[in-house]
Amino acid sequence: MTDQETRVPAQGCEDTSAACGAGGRREFLGAAVAAVATALTGCGKVSSEEFLQHNFRELSKDEVAQVIARLEKEYKDKFKKDVKVATTEPIPGVIFGYALDLSRCIGCRSCVHACVKENNQSRKPEIQWIRVLEMDKEEGVDLQHAEQYYNPDEVPREGHFYMPVQCQQCKKPPCTKVCPVGATWKEKDGIVVVDYNWCIGCRYCMAACPYGARHFNWGEPHIDAADVNPVTHYLGNRPRPKGVVEKCTFCVQRTRKGLYPACVEICPTGSRKFGNLLDPKSEIRQTLETKRVFKLKEDLNTQPTFFYFYGV
Amino acid sequence: MTNLRNFKQFILDTVGLMLRGSRMYYIWVGFLLLLITSGVVAYMGQVNNGLLVTNMRDQVSWGFYIGNFTFLVGVAAASIMLVIPAYIYDWGPIKEITILGEMLAVTALIMCLGFVMVDIGRPDRFWHIMPLVGRLNWPQSMLAWDVIVLNLYLLLNWFVVTYLLFSAYLEKHYNKKIVLPLVLASIPMAVSIHTVTAYLYNGLAARPFWNSAILAPRFLASAFCSGPAVLLILLQVLRKTTRLKITDEAIFKIAELMAYTMGFNLFLTAAESFKELYSGTEHVVYFKYLLFGLEKNGVHYNTLVPFAWASIITGFIAFMLFLIPKTRMNWTTLNIGCVLIYASVYIEKGMGLIIPGLTPDALGEIYVYRPSFTEVAVAAGIFSLGALVFTVMLKAAVPMMLGEFTVTGGVKKAIEPEHS
Repeated sequence: MTDQETRVPAQGCEDTSAACGAGGRREFLGAAVAAVATALTGCGKVSSEEFLQHNFRELSKDEVAQVIARLEKEYKDKFKKDVKVATTEPIPGVIFGYALDLSRCIGCRSCVHACVKENNQSRKPEIQWIRVLEMDKEEGVDLQHAEQYYNPDEVPREGHFYMPVQCQQCKKPPCTKVCPVGATWKEKDGIVVVDYNWCIGCRYCMAACPYGARHFNWGEPHIDAADVNPVTHYLGNRPRPKGVVEKCTFCVQRTRKGLYPACVEICPTGSRKFGNLLDPKSEIRQTLETKRVFKLKEDLNTQPTFFYFYGV
Repeated sequence: MTNLRNFKQFILDTVGLMLRGSRMYYIWVGFLLLLITSGVVAYMGQVNNGLLVTNMRDQVSWGFYIGNFTFLVGVAAASIMLVIPAYIYDWGPIKEITILGEMLAVTALIMCLGFVMVDIGRPDRFWHIMPLVGRLNWPQSMLAWDVIVLNLYLLLNWFVVTYLLFSAYLEKHYNKKIVLPLVLASIPMAVSIHTVTAYLYNGLAARPFWNSAILAPRFLASAFCSGPAVLLILLQVLRKTTRLKITDEAIFKIAELMAYTMGFNLFLTAAESFKELYSGTEHVVYFKYLLFGLEKNGVHYNTLVPFAWASIITGFIAFMLFLIPKTRMNWTTLNIGCVLIYASVYIEKGMGLIIPGLTPDALGEIYVYRPSFTEVAVAAGIFSLGALVFTVMLKAAVPMMLGEFTVTGGVKKAIEPEHS
């Protein structure tokens, strides 16, 4: 635990190299500024269109279309395959909620790897949005006794239970509050998202998050072209650049189309429940109704829409 | 127009002064340029490879850069320690040297902004944080507040320094109506830059080590120890190497004020330690990591322990040296005290603040952070840049303050002051 690497449990990967794109807006700043930026970034990988792009929430429909076209071209050049970038809006009348059954979870980390694949997380350096904690049964939910790097031949291990932690999609997210440039915000359906083209990489949100849910691209992210999931969302799983923060979005590219998040779908024990909090008949509402749930670090009043419960 | 022309001449002459110097001056500047170059090279490597070349990771997402930034905000804020007695009480002996405090503030702020710049992952998106052009998340984000107050404070001090020197250059007395309000404004602003910087950490409920009500007072108290310590040494150097007159009285007065702030700083540290250690809640784990180290799965983590105790012990010795009049008025012990208190606060408000705030991390993981070679090289580059800025400012300012270098005096082609 003392080595100077970001440790991620299991799995390795290879690399692909980087390129850049075209498209554009915000001419008033001028090409001169873009030139300075190109000099600043060192290797001239940032196009002036990318440099001048404004915050996603301030873009007009036309500008969004231009940005998407530019990104899709950029990904095509980089991965030699078609990557679609959607901008699907929140569904009216939907606020997503999530519940996780601590008595069923066996700590197999299927969710972790399904998430990595679905959401195009960098394989090298490795980034994982879900962290599964191995806890002592004798200590209960006590993070000071949590171990993320457990590696037994077989799970679950005697005397332990498992607690996966990912973004809790708080109603009062401390991370969005602190962002100096408004690069991260809460959408109408409750999902906290990041504009990877606006984030300046100051990592203040990471200091503010009580759940370790935010991850930084410390190096250039690498995914094998064959492994890239081509169905993406601008605010979700599209391939990210170096130097920005990313996080779980409840698989925004799936859930806004009525699909389950990848982690829910893969879970072999059915520990993960997901649905619309505003729909009384939804699975999540049934869970809240019939089980007794709790929120992680509820004393911080972040008001997660991610609940834990003991199903058995 | 005359003023404008004079100002142009002032700038040209100032640059001229900065470029000419003794052999020692060139060696010193050359040495700094060397360190700056190595910092730039290291930084280019960081830009190309990402912050992967630092030892910061998701668990400890801020490190050496932000630690230095925090410490230097304190140095910048501490310049008011000289301004208050000088202007409010019109206390003569300090007045002449206030301008040095302001130049130190400008230097410290330049280094602060440098450390923020090298810490961000996307320096090319720097404009996103600029008001009007970008999208500053003000008033919600404390970092947005910090950007505003730090830059205002920098501008203010820069203006005052330039104006005072320009007046001296023109052989005129500065206009009190301009200077006094600005100097008075700089006092609450100095308090505010350090308060806002404290709030930046203070407001994060996720990090109990920082989420303490006395964090801002502790920031101010420690800043008023370390900032003047730099000045005390500097004043002694200046009166030895230049003809600048700085009385013993002024130095001892500053030292006396420092004794009070050092005592207060120790008291606040003790108050915080008592609350954490005596109540012993789960939040004590960060304090324990800092002071005693932690044991997890049979591994002992005590990287910070020697530094933490070094900071406490040097802080206490310095306090005693400054408190007792005999040692305070002895140059040897006074200077030892200055070095000790500087070291103490550098640890306490640098790595001693940032690292235990983030270790163990939000999910209880202990990641042992030590700055990488790149981080040290870049930081050395920024400190050298600061030293260079301060050196060349002093080089030009001292003769002007002494009245040796004016528009009519030291210049080859003097400009006729047509009127004024």
